[in-house]
Amino acid sequence: MLEIKNLHARIAEDGTEIIRGLNLTVKAGEVAAIMGPNGSGKSTLSYILSGREDYEVTEGEILYNGENILELDPAERAAKGIFLAFQYPVEIPGVATMQFLKVAMNEQRKARGEAELTTPDFMRRVKEAAAELKINPDMLKRPLNVGFSGGEKKRAEILQMALLEPKLCVLDETDSGLDIDALKIVADGVNALKSPDRATIVITHYQRLLDYIVPDTVHVLYKGQIIRTGDKSLALELEANGYADIIGEAA
Amino acid sequence: MAAVQETIDQVRQIDVDQYKYGFETEIEVEKAPKGLSEEIIRFISAKKQEPDWMLEWRLDAYRRWLTMEEPGWARVDYPRIDFNDIYYYAAPKTTSGPKSLDEVDPELLKVYEKLGIPLKEQEILAGVDKPRVAVDAVFDSVSVVTTFKKELAKAGVIFMSISEAVREHPELVKKYLGSVVPTTDNYYATLNSAVFTDGSFVYVPKGVRCPMELSTYFRINEKNTGQFERTLIIADEGAYVSYLEGCTAPQRDENQLHAAVVELVALDDAEIKYSTVQNWYPGDKQGKGGIYNFVTKRGDCRGDRSKISWTQVETGSAITWKYPSCILRGDDSRGEFYSIAVSNGHQQIDSGTKMIHLGKNTSSRIISKGIAAGVSQNTYRGQVSAHRKATNARNFTQCDSLLIGDRCGAHTVPYIEAKNSSAQFEHEATTSKISEDQLFYCLQRGIPEEAAIALIVNGFVKEVIQELPMEFAVEAQKLIGISLEGSVG
Repeated sequence: MLEIKNLHARIAEDGTEIIRGLNLTVKAGEVAAIMGPNGSGKSTLSYILSGREDYEVTEGEILYNGENILELDPAERAAKGIFLAFQYPVEIPGVATMQFLKVAMNEQRKARGEAELTTPDFMRRVKEAAAELKINPDMLKRPLNVGFSGGEKKRAEILQMALLEPKLCVLDETDSGLDIDALKIVADGVNALKSPDRATIVITHYQRLLDYIVPDTVHVLYKGQIIRTGDKSLALELEANGYADIIGEAA
Repeated sequence: MAAVQETIDQVRQIDVDQYKYGFETEIEVEKAPKGLSEEIIRFISAKKQEPDWMLEWRLDAYRRWLTMEEPGWARVDYPRIDFNDIYYYAAPKTTSGPKSLDEVDPELLKVYEKLGIPLKEQEILAGVDKPRVAVDAVFDSVSVVTTFKKELAKAGVIFMSISEAVREHPELVKKYLGSVVPTTDNYYATLNSAVFTDGSFVYVPKGVRCPMELSTYFRINEKNTGQFERTLIIADEGAYVSYLEGCTAPQRDENQLHAAVVELVALDDAEIKYSTVQNWYPGDKQGKGGIYNFVTKRGDCRGDRSKISWTQVETGSAITWKYPSCILRGDDSRGEFYSIAVSNGHQQIDSGTKMIHLGKNTSSRIISKGIAAGVSQNTYRGQVSAHRKATNARNFTQCDSLLIGDRCGAHTVPYIEAKNSSAQFEHEATTSKISEDQLFYCLQRGIPEEAAIALIVNGFVKEVIQELPMEFAVEAQKLIGISLEGSVG
C-alpha cells in the first residue's frame, strides 16, 4: 500500500536535511510501528506523508497504492484516504466539532465524486462513532479542540479517523498526554478500525502504546533513516535496552 | 511557511471576477444635469413633488454644507472628490415613483431577480418554508416598488419610500426627520440632507409588533451617480421592528459615492433591530473603482427601556466610513452593535460605533470582528461615553481582528469617556492570524484551502452571525466566503 523509496527531505525554510534516504514498505492490513529517539525525524515523516508544505522532498518517491503522491496537496491526499492523527491537535475557535466533521466528510466525498451525506445519515454515523469512543455528545457541540483536555483531543482525532474511513492511518505520538484509561479507549478505537484493506503507521516514543495496539512490524528511525526493522519483539528489546545498542550497530 | 505564502499570493489575485453583482443594466433613465447647486436641489424637490417646507429644509442644509469641510480624521486615503462631477438624480424613465408590481418595468424586475431579491409577493406567499419579507427596492435615486404594503397597513405599520412619506405623512416626517442626525451633523450627512433622493420610511405604531421582516434593497446602476438615501424608522411605544438593508452596484472603473443617512427612533419600551449586509462593488485588484461608502447611521433610544441593535456585515465598498451609533437617552435603554467587517484587495474600512450613555442604568454591548486580507486596511473606531447624569452606565466592548497574509493592517481605536464615576466600561481587543497549523489541519482532513479559510473565518465571526435574522445568517456566511475567495487556492 505504501512504498517509500530513498526519501530525502529538508525543512523548506532553512534547508536543514531531516530525512536522509529513508526506505519503508507498509502492506495493506499491516500495523507498522515507527520508533526512534527524539529528533530522529518521526514527526517530519508524518508531515511529509500528509503533504505539509514546510518540507521539501529533494530525492526519492512515495508510492501510495502505486501512485506517486508527492505532487498532490494535503487535501487531495486526504481524499485518497491518508489520515494523520496529530500529536498536537489544533484548535479551531467558533467551529463546532460537529460542523467540522460534516464539512470534512462532505469535502472528501465531493473530491471523490460521491454524493454529500444527508443530515440524518451524518448524525447517525457520528452518534455511533462517538459512543464507541465514549465521547460525550456535548463535546461535539463545542468548538473543535478548544478547551478540550488531552484525552478529549486525542479521542476527537480518533473519532475523525473513524468517520473519515481512511486507508492509511498515521498516528503521531497518539499516546502522549494520555492516562492509562484514555490510552485504552483510544487504542480500542484504533483496533476497531483494523481491516485487511487498511494500513496503520503508529509513531511512538515508547513501547507502552504497543501493548494495546500490537504492531506487525517495528521500524527504528534514526537520523532520517530506518536503521532496523523487526517484529513486535524489537519494540520490547528497545524498551529493555534503549536505543544505544541499535544506534551503535548502525553507526 | 509555504502555504501561508500561497494564501497571500492568492489574496493578491483577488479580482472583480469575484463580484457577481457587477453587471450593468440598460435602462432608460432621466437624470438631472451633473453637479450641485440650488437649481439641482429645486429640481430634485420638484421631481418628488415635495411641499415647500421640505425644499427649504434641503436648501438650508445645502447652504450649511457649502461652509463645511470634508473630514480627514478617518484612516482612509482617497483622492479628493469633485462634488460637481456627480449626478445627484437618476431615475428609471418608466418609474416616477413606487407602483404596484404589475406596473413596474419588467427590465427592473429582472435586475432584482438576478440579484436574488424577492419582489413578487405571490411567489413569496407560495413558498411555504421561505420567510416572508417586505421589500422596498431603491434603484439609483428612486424607490421602484414596495411589497406587502397593504398587509402591513392592516397591522398599522407604515412602510413606504421616504418620498411618498413626505407627501402622505408629513406630520410624522416633519417631527422625526433630522431629529437624530441633524442637518448640521457632519459633512456627508449635511450633503445627504440637501440632496437625498429616496430611501425607506417605517412607522410602527404603539404596541405593534411588526408582522414581518422589513427590508430595503439598494442598487446603484447609473454611471457617475451618487446615491444619497435617507431612511427613517420610528418605533412608537412598545413597538418592535426588524429591518434589513442590502446593497450592490455594477463594477466600474470610476468611484461612486454613496452617502446615506439612517435615523432610528425608539420610544418607551420599543425595540428596533437594524441589520445591514453591505456588498457594494469593492473595486478591482489594482484598487480601481468601487464605491465610497460614507454613511451616517444613528439610533436614538429616546424612550425608557427602549432598545436599538445594529448588526452589520460589511464586505463591499472601496472605502467604508461608517459608525452606526446609539444615543441611550431613555433610562434603562440598551444599545447593541455587532459588526463583521471584511476587507480584501485594496479596500479600506474605518468603521465602528458610538454608544452615548445619557440616561440612568443604560447598557451597551459592542462586538466587532474585523477580517483583513490582501493589502487592505481595517480600522475599528469606537466611542463609549457616559454623561454626568448617566448613573450606572454599563458597556462591554470586544474587538477582534483576524489577519490573512502579511500585507494588510488591522487597527483598533477606542475612545472611552466616563463623566460619571458609577460607569463600568470594559474593553477587550485581540488580533490574530489564521495560523499555518490551522490551515494544515483542515487540509489534512480533506477540506480544501478555500473552504478551510471560510470555515475558520466563519468560526471567528460566529458571535455576530448569530445576531442576524436567521434567514440572512446563511447568506451572510456565504457572502463572507465569496469576499475572501481568491484569498486561497
